[in-house]
Amino acid sequence: MLFANDHAEETVAAPIPAAKTVSPVRLKLRGKTVTAHETTDAHWVTRMSAIAQDQDRKAFAELFRHFAPRVKAFLMKSGADESLAEECMQDVMATLWHKAHMYDPSRASVATWIFTIARNRKIDLLRRYARPEPEDLPWGPEQAPDQADVIALQQDTGRLATALAKLPEKQRELIQHAYFGDLSHSEIAAETGLPLGTIKSRIRLALERLRHSMN
Amino acid sequence: MTDIQHQAPDDLLMGYATGALPQAFDLVIATHVSLCDDARARLEAFEAVGGAVLEDLDQVDVAEDSLEQTLAKITGGAPAERPIVMPGTFPTPLQSVVGGDEEAVRWRYVGRGVKQCVLHSDENGTARLLKIPAGRSMPEHSHNGTEMTLVLKGAFRDEDGVFARGDIEVADPNVSHTPIAEPGEDCICLVATDARLKFQGLLPRIAQPFLGI
Repeated sequence: MLFANDHAEETVAAPIPAAKTVSPVRLKLRGKTVTAHETTDAHWVTRMSAIAQDQDRKAFAELFRHFAPRVKAFLMKSGADESLAEECMQDVMATLWHKAHMYDPSRASVATWIFTIARNRKIDLLRRYARPEPEDLPWGPEQAPDQADVIALQQDTGRLATALAKLPEKQRELIQHAYFGDLSHSEIAAETGLPLGTIKSRIRLALERLRHSMN
Repeated sequence: MTDIQHQAPDDLLMGYATGALPQAFDLVIATHVSLCDDARARLEAFEAVGGAVLEDLDQVDVAEDSLEQTLAKITGGAPAERPIVMPGTFPTPLQSVVGGDEEAVRWRYVGRGVKQCVLHSDENGTARLLKIPAGRSMPEHSHNGTEMTLVLKGAFRDEDGVFARGDIEVADPNVSHTPIAEPGEDCICLVATDARLKFQGLLPRIAQPFLGI
C-alpha cells in the first residue's frame, strides 16, 4: 500500500527547497524584504487571499507571471496545441480569480489547487459533459483554517517537491506522464515512491477541523 | 461523518487525480469522496503530486497580451456558480447528474423487482443507479472490465462482506458475485462499469441488450 510504509519519512524531514526557477528579484513580503528565491508557497497563499478579500489585481498579475507559463506548459504536455493551450490557460487563470475564495491553504498548495483547475478544464474540453467534481467544503465566513495547519502543509509540500526531484529519472518521468494524462487508468499502479502518508494525514486533519467548524 | 469501511483503492484515486478515468468512474469517485473524508484526503494527496509536477515544469512563453486578455475575461463576469443543492441521499456531484435527489430519478424496472436508471454511457463506460428491494438479490453477473459499486442507501451483502452508505466495492474482471440487499430498506447503489456486464442466467442474457447493461 502506498500510504502504509512512509511514517519513517515524517522523522527525516528534508529542508524546504528554494523555488528553483524564480529569479532572485527582491520583493516585499509582509513588510519584510526577502529575496524571491526564498518565496515558497507561503507567499502565493498571501497573494490568493489578497485576491479573495480585496480583488487585488496586482496580486493576480504576480500569480499569473509565475503560474501561467507553467499551466500552459502542462496543457501542451497534455497534448493541446499552442493556441488551445493559451486559450485554456487563460480560462484556468480567470477561474483562479473567480474561485479564489474557495481556496483552502490547509489542504492544498496554490500549485496543487491550480493543477486541479487545469486538469478539470482540460477534461471538460475533451468531453461533452462537465466533469463530476467532489462536493465543495468551504470554510464559513466566521471560520478560517488554522495557521499552524497551513504552515505544516506548506512544509509537507516542500518535502514532496524534494522527494520528487530525488526520484530516479525514469520513475519521475513516469509520474509526470501519468499527470499529463498519458497513462490509462489500467496503467496506473499508484506506486509513486513518494512520501504521501504525511501529507494525507495532514489533509485528513484539516478536513476534520473543517467538518467541526461546519457543525 | 462516520468512518467508511470499504474505500476506493489507490489506483482509482490516482486515476481521478490524473484525469485518466472514464467519465462513469469519475462520477463514482467524486460521489464516494464526497461521503468519505479519508478517501478525499488520499485523493488530495495524489493531487499534491500534480501540484509538484506543475511547479517543476519548464515554462513556455505565453502570448504577449496574455495577462490583459485574461483580465478582460475576468471583467467579463464570473461563470455560473455551481448550483447549491440541498443535502439528501445523493451528494452534489450525483445530484448534478440526476437533476435532483432520490425523488428525481426516473426508474425503470429491469426485472425481479430491481429498478435502474442509466445516468451516463459512452464508449468508455456506463454509470447507472440501481435500486434493489430489501432482501432481494441482484442478478448474478460477471464482467469483462472493472465494476465499481457505491452504496447510497440501505446496504448489500456479498462474498466480500456488508456494504453500507459510502462504501465502495471494486470488482475485477471475471469475478462472479451475487449482491443481496440487506433486509429492512431498499438498497440504492451507483454502479459504474467500463465494459458490459455478463449475466449468467438465460433470461437476463436475453434481456441484456435491451437493458443496455
